[in-house]
Amino acid sequence: MNLGPHAAFIVMSYVAAIAIVAGLIVWVMLDRRRLARELGELDAQGITRRSERMGEEKP
Amino acid sequence: MSLIDLANPSRFLALADRALPWLVAATVLVFAFGVSQAYSAPDDYQQGATVKIMFIHVPAAWLGMLAWGVMSLAALGTLVWRHPLADVAAKAAAPIGAAFTLMCLVTGSLWGRPMWGTYWVWDARLTSVLVLFLMYLGVIALWRTVEDPARAARVAAVLTLVGAINIPIIKFSVDWWNTLHQGASVLRLGGSSIHPSILVPLLIMIAAFTLLFLTLHLAAMRNEIMRRRVRTMLMRQADARA
Repeated sequence: MNLGPHAAFIVMSYVAAIAIVAGLIVWVMLDRRRLARELGELDAQGITRRSERMGEEKP
Repeated sequence: MSLIDLANPSRFLALADRALPWLVAATVLVFAFGVSQAYSAPDDYQQGATVKIMFIHVPAAWLGMLAWGVMSLAALGTLVWRHPLADVAAKAAAPIGAAFTLMCLVTGSLWGRPMWGTYWVWDARLTSVLVLFLMYLGVIALWRTVEDPARAARVAAVLTLVGAINIPIIKFSVDWWNTLHQGASVLRLGGSSIHPSILVPLLIMIAAFTLLFLTLHLAAMRNEIMRRRVRTMLMRQADARA
């Protein structure tokens, strides 16, 4: 594909877009991993939320 | 399952867990199709190959405004019904909206340089989008500054609704003022002025980006609910120790 005389601007635009989308995906995934670990640690210590009743299945 | 059931965070989490894999698959498929269509789209008779920047610039602009629209609806949910899931939806949408607005600004500058001869000009369209980006940063800063999530939600909701006035300003800025930015060409009275060979790939890319937003927003909402659970459990732990 010939991108013409302004190829650098087109390529830089797509690189920036990919970097921003990748950053969002990585942020969401790392955040979830960290929160799941923290919830697991608190759960292991026997800490519950007020809304949780004994024997209730956690989502 | 009724809407009331969905508003329950636990049920929402279960639904999100079921929906996310399908949303991810749909996003990847529509993106693959959209990129292939954009790749084979012809060059513009005036702008040449730089028109390919439009396939990411326009969807990014659309999502920057859509995310603020979602936040505005959620702000109503916060202020009128005081529902915590509305707070969660608003808070989760802000960083995603900010990222897509940044993408719009960056790709717009990179498109402007070869077409207009400048990366930036203080015309109404560019300035109002920059204001949108700054408002996103303001809302994110508010969420981080106020410790109590319910109070932060109310303050952010007011700012969001005030800021919503900027959305029609962005849309109609090219009609109301004399701008360097081109006028409306996709959504306009009398139909789109873009040739179908370029318009169809653009609409597919807009659909792909919208699916990406839905996926990221749902995942970020799930994270926010988990963050609130961690906070509640840490407070209970602190209470137990006191």
